[in-house]
Amino acid sequence: MDLSLTQEQQLIVDMVRRFVREEVVPLEDSLDPDEDTLPPDQFAKLVAKTKEMGLYGLGIPPEYGGPDIDIMTRSLIAIENSQHRAGLYAPCYGAFGGSGLAQLYEATEEQKEKYLYPTLRGEKKAFFGLSEPSGGSDPARAIQTRAVRDGDDWVINGSKLWISGADRADYGLLFARTGGPGRGGVTAFIIETHWEGFNVRRIVHTLRQALHATEIQIENLRVPHDNILGVEGGGFAIANDRLTRQRIPYAASCLGPAFKAHELAIEYSQIRETFGAALSSRQGIQWMLVENEIDLRTARWFVLDAAAKADRGDGFRTEAAICKLVASEAAGRVIDRSMQIHGGLGVAKDLPFERWYREIRIRRIGEGPSEVQKHIIARDILGAGLR
Amino acid sequence: MAVRMDKSWLSLSSENVTKLAAHLGVYQLANDDGEILYIGMAGGRTLFGLKGELQKALDEPPTGVTRFRVEVNMAYRTRRLELLAAHVSDHGGLPIANTDIDESSLGRIRPG
Repeated sequence: MDLSLTQEQQLIVDMVRRFVREEVVPLEDSLDPDEDTLPPDQFAKLVAKTKEMGLYGLGIPPEYGGPDIDIMTRSLIAIENSQHRAGLYAPCYGAFGGSGLAQLYEATEEQKEKYLYPTLRGEKKAFFGLSEPSGGSDPARAIQTRAVRDGDDWVINGSKLWISGADRADYGLLFARTGGPGRGGVTAFIIETHWEGFNVRRIVHTLRQALHATEIQIENLRVPHDNILGVEGGGFAIANDRLTRQRIPYAASCLGPAFKAHELAIEYSQIRETFGAALSSRQGIQWMLVENEIDLRTARWFVLDAAAKADRGDGFRTEAAICKLVASEAAGRVIDRSMQIHGGLGVAKDLPFERWYREIRIRRIGEGPSEVQKHIIARDILGAGLR
Repeated sequence: MAVRMDKSWLSLSSENVTKLAAHLGVYQLANDDGEILYIGMAGGRTLFGLKGELQKALDEPPTGVTRFRVEVNMAYRTRRLELLAAHVSDHGGLPIANTDIDESSLGRIRPG
């Protein structure tokens, strides 16, 4: 399969690479090593540039004002715009814009007016409330939050865990059980965070400080029936579609910091001398660099293969699972080896490795752990009997 | 870990600050009544971590500050945001000396 870049893709990659190196990386010298936001004036300046490049709102469909860019090119951009210290969870500090909750493109026109359009204009923020303390890997079975019909409303009780950005959101998608156990019993509700009964109880402190997770408690939260997204009992399909689509750009962004770490390791190994010779002359170091190179090329190929299939309109569930699994694990190994090559400097906050090392570890768990990706792949190759 | 910091207050004195280690983390400054006047952090770019930050507070204390308490925490940014948001939830606003942060940039939590 030919996965070489078109001339236009190469131009975009070069443009984003220059943007990251010339506009973003220099700003990080004065920021806290774990920072995830820029001062408003600096942020506005970066956004003006991404708009000038025609790359603002990458996840927004063209009919809603986003750029007309295929998944392959978005994946290439994700590999490039994450090549800086904050890049894994705050690529370019959000200067490429968000896409809103993709599920809302399927919402009713009234719901779009109220929630989607203000989000695309940058006036509202949203969260995605799926995982619960009872488990996040198997949401169809784990969801215990329950919604009960009461006249024209639903009354919801339960709790959610690992929900990013709920404390800063104006509204969100909340998945609750409205029927029996399993997939058909889950419904997606659009809820507003100022409604009585919605409480963010705490920030969940993890290995990353960017895009922090929260714990939510829902007590007698009353939601109008009109705020169901899709149909009653159709929530799992909505959640599952998002999880599958998310995997390709998620995998691509794992590779950005890993490519950068590898580049830094190559440079450092050529200038750092031990016992009278450059590190790069040592076979032990050369093999680490070779293993990095193989990991990166392999993972990049799987990501672009999945993206190409998605762009062709072919089924890509297995490919999305493979690329997420391979990229998150390969990136972890590359960052770890690059850190090792840098010795003491690698673990200091002076350089970005220690942040990448912490954050990339989450990627083997977030958006479906490696083991769940293997389960998906096994199910697909062994057939429906494994469900 | 409790959302609100519940350690005992220490007098903001040279003797107590000298005993601090140079860890990263968060801290609170308060007056004699235990009213929190400032919530700060010792982040990855601070010199001598909490010890350095508390030394600065000792050298130029915000008006009314007589006590402090610290929490060693590598998740110093999210922990500080949580403490600030909890303070807003409990008291309706930021600590009086936290003029270094815009309240509208904080998330909303209700610790219960």
